[in-house]
Amino acid sequence: MKEVILSVQQLKKSFGEKEVLKGIDFDVYKGEVIVVIGPSGCGKSTFLRCLNCMEDASSGAIWFDGENLADMKVDINVHRQKIGMVFQQFNLFNNLNVIDNITLAPVLVAKKNRSKLKFKNFKIKIKNLFSKEKTPLLDLGDDLKTIKEKANQKAMELLKRIQLEEFAEAYPSTLSGGQKQRIAIVRALAMDPKVILFDEPTSALDPEMVGEVLELMRQLAKENMTMVIVTHEMGFAREVANRVIFMDEGVIKEENNPKEFFSNPQNPRLKDFLSKVL
Amino acid sequence: MDWSLKWDIFIDKVSYNNWNNNFVKMLGNGLLITVKIAVLGLIIGILIGTLIAAVKVAPKYKLSVRILDKICAVYTAFFRGTPIMVQLLLAYYVFLPMIGVRGIDPEAVGVIIFGLNSGAYVSEIMRGGIKSVDVGQMEAGRSLGLSYGTTMIKIVIPQAIKNILPTLGNEFITLIKETSVLSFITVVDLYQALRNIATANQVYEFVIPYIILGVVYIILVLLITLLVRGIEKLFARSDRSATNSKRKKTRKAKVQL
Ligand SMILES: Nc1ncnc2c1ncn2[C@@H]1O[C@H](COP(=O)(O)OP(=O)(O)OP(=O)(O)O)[C@@H](O)[C@H]1O
Ligand SMILES: [Mg+2]
Repeated sequence: MKEVILSVQQLKKSFGEKEVLKGIDFDVYKGEVIVVIGPSGCGKSTFLRCLNCMEDASSGAIWFDGENLADMKVDINVHRQKIGMVFQQFNLFNNLNVIDNITLAPVLVAKKNRSKLKFKNFKIKIKNLFSKEKTPLLDLGDDLKTIKEKANQKAMELLKRIQLEEFAEAYPSTLSGGQKQRIAIVRALAMDPKVILFDEPTSALDPEMVGEVLELMRQLAKENMTMVIVTHEMGFAREVANRVIFMDEGVIKEENNPKEFFSNPQNPRLKDFLSKVL
Repeated sequence: MDWSLKWDIFIDKVSYNNWNNNFVKMLGNGLLITVKIAVLGLIIGILIGTLIAAVKVAPKYKLSVRILDKICAVYTAFFRGTPIMVQLLLAYYVFLPMIGVRGIDPEAVGVIIFGLNSGAYVSEIMRGGIKSVDVGQMEAGRSLGLSYGTTMIKIVIPQAIKNILPTLGNEFITLIKETSVLSFITVVDLYQALRNIATANQVYEFVIPYIILGVVYIILVLLITLLVRGIEKLFARSDRSATNSKRKKTRKAKVQL
């Protein structure tokens, strides 16, 4: 039995009066590539954004790492570290150069975890003062300098992988769209996420740059990265996806393996949609 | 107007009894105090203004944020709704004596009131600056697991400051000019220094000192303008299209004029 990474139950989302998601049940298995397609405005982005709580679900459950993310008491920041997200507009940090874009979050998170451990050690020390049984102190792991060095090293490896190591010091505004999006993808990878969500990653790109971004995503799929991808690239879906999902009117109307999905669609709305886009 | 007489009186004063030295010293001290209070006021203003702006733009789910928001609204309403002179008078002659504080340095009161006053204005400027930063920047930070505050500090506010540098420069210029009301609480700023020169030795002759006052203010403002341009260039490092977008902005501004 494959391991479920993310499990969504009866997810609903309304903006004011308007109900955009009307009850979605959806499981993501480890190593799976899921492509979500559907007409414009049907709620694909909203759905994806609910998965990491960029939008708070109106009702339903989103299970990840043994916790329900829809529960407002959950520390969502901790979980988001393990759910990468890639945006249509890249959203690289404009005030930071490429390498800092990649290392910012890993370094800050590692630093924060370290200070949490330090605080715990402080409490242990105080407790040890008053009790005979001495509790051993926790291992703090790397010091701040090593944290930074390791993050830099890893970022350079990631940049090498996408052949952009010479741009480490460049600022985002000097890069092409394709370069920006590939850097945005490795920025997500630098957090070692369990799953990455892509919202139309190639829609804002000039046609000649679409290929390089899809190629990187294809490589990730080969390495068994778990991905949920909203895209209009039907060829990519057919070739790379393990499962394709058709969303319409706020629900999942059809899901199947790509072969069946494209050659033998059942739902009339899907047939209609495919006849327009293919 | 008898210019040569006025000039003679001025020169007389300046050279009288080693006045030469004294004149330079008075002018210098006044200038120093004006710049000092404006600079410190602006720094405090930026700190307070940024904090308030962060509260103003924060999502209002939590009760604590809503309460803070109301406090900030009252604060801004007071400091923008009354002249800075009134604020100085209230602080120095009413509030401090009321709470029993005596003998406090009027310059310190000046710095604090200028800081608080400027904070109210900077908060509005900064809010505009934060709003001008693409929401995608905040979303990207949050999606990586960074908190709202961390993303604000590391990503959004640096970009906001870059966007509002020209406006902050204007705020600084306003502060420099407004320091002239400090004389109401006995601070000897640039204006008061020249008034003192004008009335020295019981000879009251204001024309030349006031012309000097105007010239010094203009030179100060021009220097600040240059300084702000320099800082802008420094910030533009991360933005290849900075010159372009600036050109667009000025063009838009011209159309609106
Ligand atoms: N923040 C919001 N406030 C109000 N309505 C919203 C908001 N975000 C999305 N909507 C509405 O929800 C619906 C679904 O939007 P969504 O962006 O999820 O669609 P989509 O399937 O991603 O479309 P597209 O293919 O154009 O990206 C739309 O009708 C949109 O107007
Ligand atoms: Mg969308």
